[in-house]
Amino acid sequence: MSTDAVPSTSAAEPTFLFGKLGWNSLPHDPIVLSTMVVVIIGGIGLLALVTRYKLWGYLWKEWFTTVDHKKIGIMYMILGLVMFLRGFADAIMMRLQQVMAFGGSEGYLNSHHYDQIFTAHGVIMIFFVAMPFITGLMNYVVPLQIGARDVSFPFLNNFSFWMTTSGAVLTMASLFVGEFAATGWLAYPPLSGIAYSPSVGVDYYIWALQIAGVGTTLSGINLIVTILKMRAPGMGLMKMPVFTWTSLCANILIVASFPVLTAVLALLTLDRYVGTNFFTNDFGGSSMMYVNLIWIWGHPEVYILILPLFGVFSEVTSTFSGKKLFGYTSMVYATVVITILSYVVWLHHFFTMGSGASVNSFFGITTMVISIPTGAKLFNWLFTMYRGRIRYELPMMWTVAFMLTFTIGGMTGVLLAVPPADFVLHNSLFLIAHFHNVIIGGVLFGIFAAINYWWPKAFGFKLDPFWGKVSFWCWVPGFWVAFMPLYVLGLMGVTRRMRVFDDPSLQIWFAIAAVGALMIAAGIAAMLIQFAVSIWKREALAETTGDPWNGRTLEWATSSPPPDYNFAFTPRIHALDAWYDMKAAGVEHPAEGYKDIHMPSNTGAGVILAGISTVAGFALVWHIWWLAGLSMVGLIGAAIAHTFNYKRDFHIPASQVAATEAARLRQLQAAGA
Amino acid sequence: MSRSMTRLRLPPAIAAACLLPLLGGCNMVVLDPAGDVAQQQGDLVVISTLLMLIIIVPVMALTGYFAWKYRAANETATYKPDWDHSTQLELAIWAIPLLIIICLGAVTWVGTHLLDPYRPLARTAPGQAVTEKDKPLEVQAVALNWKWLFIYPEQGIATVNELAVPEGRPLKFRISSSSVMNSFYVPAMAGQIYAMPGMETKLHAVFNETGRFTGFSANYSGAGFSNMRFGVRSLSPQDFAQWTARARSQGQTLNRATYLKLERPSEKEPVRHYARVEPDLFDRIVNLCAEPGKMCMHDMMAIDARGGMGLAGLHNVRQLSYDKHAARGTGDTASDRYIAENCTNPELLGESLKRIEDRVIDLSSLTGAGLPRPGGPRFVARKTSPQPSRKPSELSQAGTTDPVS
Repeated sequence: MSTDAVPSTSAAEPTFLFGKLGWNSLPHDPIVLSTMVVVIIGGIGLLALVTRYKLWGYLWKEWFTTVDHKKIGIMYMILGLVMFLRGFADAIMMRLQQVMAFGGSEGYLNSHHYDQIFTAHGVIMIFFVAMPFITGLMNYVVPLQIGARDVSFPFLNNFSFWMTTSGAVLTMASLFVGEFAATGWLAYPPLSGIAYSPSVGVDYYIWALQIAGVGTTLSGINLIVTILKMRAPGMGLMKMPVFTWTSLCANILIVASFPVLTAVLALLTLDRYVGTNFFTNDFGGSSMMYVNLIWIWGHPEVYILILPLFGVFSEVTSTFSGKKLFGYTSMVYATVVITILSYVVWLHHFFTMGSGASVNSFFGITTMVISIPTGAKLFNWLFTMYRGRIRYELPMMWTVAFMLTFTIGGMTGVLLAVPPADFVLHNSLFLIAHFHNVIIGGVLFGIFAAINYWWPKAFGFKLDPFWGKVSFWCWVPGFWVAFMPLYVLGLMGVTRRMRVFDDPSLQIWFAIAAVGALMIAAGIAAMLIQFAVSIWKREALAETTGDPWNGRTLEWATSSPPPDYNFAFTPRIHALDAWYDMKAAGVEHPAEGYKDIHMPSNTGAGVILAGISTVAGFALVWHIWWLAGLSMVGLIGAAIAHTFNYKRDFHIPASQVAATEAARLRQLQAAGA
Repeated sequence: MSRSMTRLRLPPAIAAACLLPLLGGCNMVVLDPAGDVAQQQGDLVVISTLLMLIIIVPVMALTGYFAWKYRAANETATYKPDWDHSTQLELAIWAIPLLIIICLGAVTWVGTHLLDPYRPLARTAPGQAVTEKDKPLEVQAVALNWKWLFIYPEQGIATVNELAVPEGRPLKFRISSSSVMNSFYVPAMAGQIYAMPGMETKLHAVFNETGRFTGFSANYSGAGFSNMRFGVRSLSPQDFAQWTARARSQGQTLNRATYLKLERPSEKEPVRHYARVEPDLFDRIVNLCAEPGKMCMHDMMAIDARGGMGLAGLHNVRQLSYDKHAARGTGDTASDRYIAENCTNPELLGESLKRIEDRVIDLSSLTGAGLPRPGGPRFVARKTSPQPSRKPSELSQAGTTDPVS
């Protein structure tokens, strides 16, 4: 019965030129191979189109090298969307495998493949979908909301984006060259150590996250400084829009927690590359240390994801209820309390490790305490709707769906914080249902609300409401159908990451979940159609006022899309809902007195540095030492060379500003007439 | 999970939440287990849920009500665009959740301590206290890639992928793993606890019904994880005695050699019984020294506690290497040589420690590279502050790794 279950991972002897890379690193599995062929054909087609329409120059000059926070924000959103499709493809594959693998059937995926899929799904959805989405939103919206012309460090912003992309590229490369980690998304040792994961999967994981982590950390620093230093005069901290507040807290969390991830992955790297013993079984290594450290990053990460969306829901509820936000001050304090508390709950991810009862109770109770400020937020939205005039545009629909969905997710979360309850539900599908309940119901619904809300600002036309509603009505019930069965399965004692099952009574629940996943797939398709139809009909959907929703915050004061300089004059702030206040006071749009505007210049340095980082990461994954060394030298060289770039800024002449603003005034008058 | 439907006894709240027509196939073992510990844990799930529903239900109802009542089309509803504060309301929305969390926190504190898996059982069923006579049955559970080994020290037998226990008797599990993290979970019996290499975790539980159940690893552990399940049989005391006798009659012996063969990765292992087990096997597994000639972790820790072996120790490192590719069944074993263990015998251990202490430790300040140390060019035999010498038995205990202690 003793079988060699582990697929042969020992490749040929490493060579100097190619390291561990060889022909057998390319896929031989038919599923992966056909995916690769499709991707290659699609990629060549895309490149051909770009070349055919001579778009390379445009893309390079206007987008890749841009330091404009708005364009970088949009690029983050595109990155998130592309990676979302990949992550969702993984999800569909898992659902299909789990519904098939009953009654002795092995399904259609072997463990080598399946284990990589669930790992990649988690890694991609958190690091390369949710993170780019929220960073993109914050990038786009925060400077506009605080009346700034750009972020504090525009080049750093471009560099951060490309580093995140570099991590995503490495993750995608692992699909076709070599393999990805088969360890679960947090790569617990000793399983992720060199002894038990000898091939390149975990190395891809490490370097993709390390490179993307540079981007995330730097963008966190950038946004903190922007929010603290670049607010328009008059905007005290307690006059900041709630989204800016939640962004500030999320970025503080990023800056405080991502270094922990960097450090713990660096230690794992040392274990794997130079034979140290931080997390091995040997020589006093402690895998428990890794689990603690990674969750000290991992739990704040959850709040990094959800806090900005809490801000989105606040903006949306207030705007579409036509009402001031109820309890602004308590909302701010709730956000700050959540920020602080999110650091003292990490152990609830592993009550079952065998800490004593007092330690477990402590972390269980701190976790429950977080639900108090979160609950307060929910009540605040509720009482913002109370005695309002709620317009059910798409952002508001997503918000109500969020309020109903997230409440259940929050409840099951508090339930899992009770250690004895966690002992029976830990690692079960109940847990999976819980965190998808909060991440889809909170983060993703929030992102959809935000996309529908700010799209007209970014592009000057609204999103098509029909396809938006189709998407909404596929997504929301789809979510419930897909994940409620997992709650039931969890109570039936079914654990996560299983590839095959033997109890036939479970199959029906997996079948229901699979139907839900198909409904979600329809929702995603409808959303893509919504984008396409809206771009197609952009004339009919055009929005010329700059304020399509009767908004309350500063971003609606400028045109849609905003000019490169955002605001011709830096606004002065007198009230919390600055734009609402200006509208109420009947502030006139100034028509003269423009000055030259000082702007940062585009630079290709970010693309180059991130490109070299990708090569360095690839070389390190495959142990191609000469290339790793060369790219490290190149990285330092390119960074030094960038410091000699003196063409860093330019001025938009006052005449050009005057012309832009005059055109905008004409447009406003036409809309008003 | 293969229990009959007649035992279906769901708490009403959860039953209502479940889609009723599908409940025929919905055997919620977590809420309706066969062991007292799991039952209390399942009850806590229900109690906590009900406590939270006190606030969740009104919030969801209000959301629906407000969303409908204050829709823009409803011109008759009050509209107060500037109303954004109410001290009473703010107090209520912070205080009500706080009160519920205080209740839940109290439940958590008490429940966590009472149901601590390390705590010996106080009762085997409601109203049935554990007395002096109820000596718990000790079972040592080891997660291997990818199967479970159960050692019964009292009976001197062992099994693979089958756990049989007498109904009604307290059970004490000592849990470890041979290579990677797993989680030992029998939903019908009690909540899970991680099984970790080089460490020992504990779980106390009891079965209150006889029957066949399932156990598995609840923490992903690699390629064969899905098939890492084992049958659990809760037997009447007579049946358990018979089962033990049958296992004894099967003749195979589990010693270090057979264990090392068993430890190699494999999937879907059939149930296997061993009539005899080498004593101390579990301790050797926990201390990562099942291989002949390897130094046990507790020995190493004892040496380290006395200041280590200094430079001499450098020649000894292979003895501590465990995560060889061989342990996973990949790679070649020839290169993994190691030197003989030097002090696994507790009697000898004390001797050797004394020698080491005398020889190596030199806490005098360094003077720089290449310069002679104060007191001569060679290692100085110098005693540090005299420590009360410990008994060897204490030393080996000091090495037991217990995440709680």
